[in-house]
Amino acid sequence: MTERALRAQPRNRVIVSKTVAPYLFLAPFMLLFAAFLIVPLIYAFDISLYKKAMVGGVKFVGADNYVKAFTDPKFWEGVGVLFKFAFLQIPVMIGTALVFALILDSGVVWAKSFFRVSFFIPYAVPAVIATLIWSYLYGPAYGPIGQTARSLGFEAPDFVSAKWILASIANIAQWEYMGYNMIIYFAALQAIPTDLEEASVVDGASAFAYATRIKLPMIVPTIIVTVVFSIIGSLQLFTEPFLIQNMARSIINSNYTPNYYAYTLTFVGQQPNYAAAISFLLGGVIAIVSYAFMLLANRRIDR
Amino acid sequence: MSIVGKTATSGKFRRNRWLLTGVLSLYFLYTFMPLFYVITAATKSNPDLFSTFGLWFAPDFNLWDNLHTLFTIQDGIFLKWMGNTAYYSSISAAGAALFSTFAGYAFAKYSFFGKKLMFALVLGAVMIPQTALVIPMFLMLSKLGLTNTAFAVIAPSLVFPPGVFLMRAYIDDAISNELIEAGRMDGAGEVHIFSAIAFRLLMPGFTTVLILAFVANWNNYFLPLVMLNKPDMFPITVGLAQMYSTAISGTGGVLLFTVVMTGALVSIVPVIAAFLIMQRFWQGGLGAGGVKA
Repeated sequence: MTERALRAQPRNRVIVSKTVAPYLFLAPFMLLFAAFLIVPLIYAFDISLYKKAMVGGVKFVGADNYVKAFTDPKFWEGVGVLFKFAFLQIPVMIGTALVFALILDSGVVWAKSFFRVSFFIPYAVPAVIATLIWSYLYGPAYGPIGQTARSLGFEAPDFVSAKWILASIANIAQWEYMGYNMIIYFAALQAIPTDLEEASVVDGASAFAYATRIKLPMIVPTIIVTVVFSIIGSLQLFTEPFLIQNMARSIINSNYTPNYYAYTLTFVGQQPNYAAAISFLLGGVIAIVSYAFMLLANRRIDR
Repeated sequence: MSIVGKTATSGKFRRNRWLLTGVLSLYFLYTFMPLFYVITAATKSNPDLFSTFGLWFAPDFNLWDNLHTLFTIQDGIFLKWMGNTAYYSSISAAGAALFSTFAGYAFAKYSFFGKKLMFALVLGAVMIPQTALVIPMFLMLSKLGLTNTAFAVIAPSLVFPPGVFLMRAYIDDAISNELIEAGRMDGAGEVHIFSAIAFRLLMPGFTTVLILAFVANWNNYFLPLVMLNKPDMFPITVGLAQMYSTAISGTGGVLLFTVVMTGALVSIVPVIAAFLIMQRFWQGGLGAGGVKA
């Protein structure tokens, strides 16, 4: 194949050398990366050092916005909500994804590929649409859950009350992303060579022991990666509370999560400078939590 | 396929099979319930949505009326939203997949000055909160008068770091260094080696990234929400969410309740169909990315 393909090469073409080629391949991505990632970040950092002056224009205030953000209870309340959300949602989602992936991988069940594909389908549904659908399901009058409860003589559960709101949002995330994680674990499990399996059958290990003691430890690196991505995703929570706010105005305020707070500050409060500082602080929190998790996880593995 | 330590006929195995299939079936009902609700809700009239049981059809089949309202409301704005979504996501996905492939190829097959730093930068980019990027981008683009344009939604979406990781991992496996070396021995230039030899071999990876980028853009909400404020430029996500806010705030929007669900149904059917048709691409690709990333 190589020869045939190469013979077609025109003679007078500019030959790019081995040293220049990687930069040429990287150029489009890295230029856009610079324009839409690095430059906005620098710009955000720059404006975070200024404040709207009393009489028009802005004035340099140094770290003032950061000091203010650091002691802003609205920011830390939002971070608190995120931590509760992450502790509630991630273990359940990762746990179910792992159990289902191990079950599907072991081949004990009927209709393996049917389950695999159908569990993944919600991932194709945009988060906005998923949130809209669940808001309808949570509805006290038109939601089937409330309807069922009432027809059985109970009071319709209030899914968007202060007590249940976070669980209701976590449920939307579980519905949306469990299958995605499950598919990744399933692929990792399937990649484990089968000669290990033969060895353990000789040892008389049961299917359960084989799945949990031999296969599970082998996909730990994959699990760590997915948990880190889940942490990063959870700490950026915005769409779900932003939409559910429509039916829970007294529960979800405009600083419910830090991303929500930054959005409100910019577009309602006209304080983009302070919003930039909030976003940077959130970025710092995300980096610290992700890094701490990786350190902790890797230490466990080494032991 | 294989059954470990048990023969297919043993009693314990058969019991486990029933039990575990039962567990998965329960989760299937949970997964399927919201999708089924969308279908029933889209076939109801507004009064029926409130007065009949949510998980079954009403005697009065109202789907055609709802579709008619959906596509004619505000001079057919929903069709515009669908067109916008298709337009934004196809261009973004094609560009993102192509540029990720080039970059992934460079990271996988060359050693060059600045490689580690650049890869670390791309990796670190996933931790940046959306607001930290999108809000300053909005402020910058509004100074340039570029908000409320397709450019403001498409250009930032061309940067798709997960595509770069995935392609790097894929190319590492799919294209041997010997093959590239052989091309060099034959006197081929680097660009020619890529276009004539490598690109064909990395097509499956490319397709996966294309699908993932397409879905990511099809689902995108925050970027268009911030960048666009003209309703006829909205993608479906922003438009439908706004329609929902109108419906629930009760400002003459009660009629919109079933229309919102009809819109949800119309917008998810093509994506789900595409997913089912292209399963073998995303299943393999997600695995490769997940294991190696």
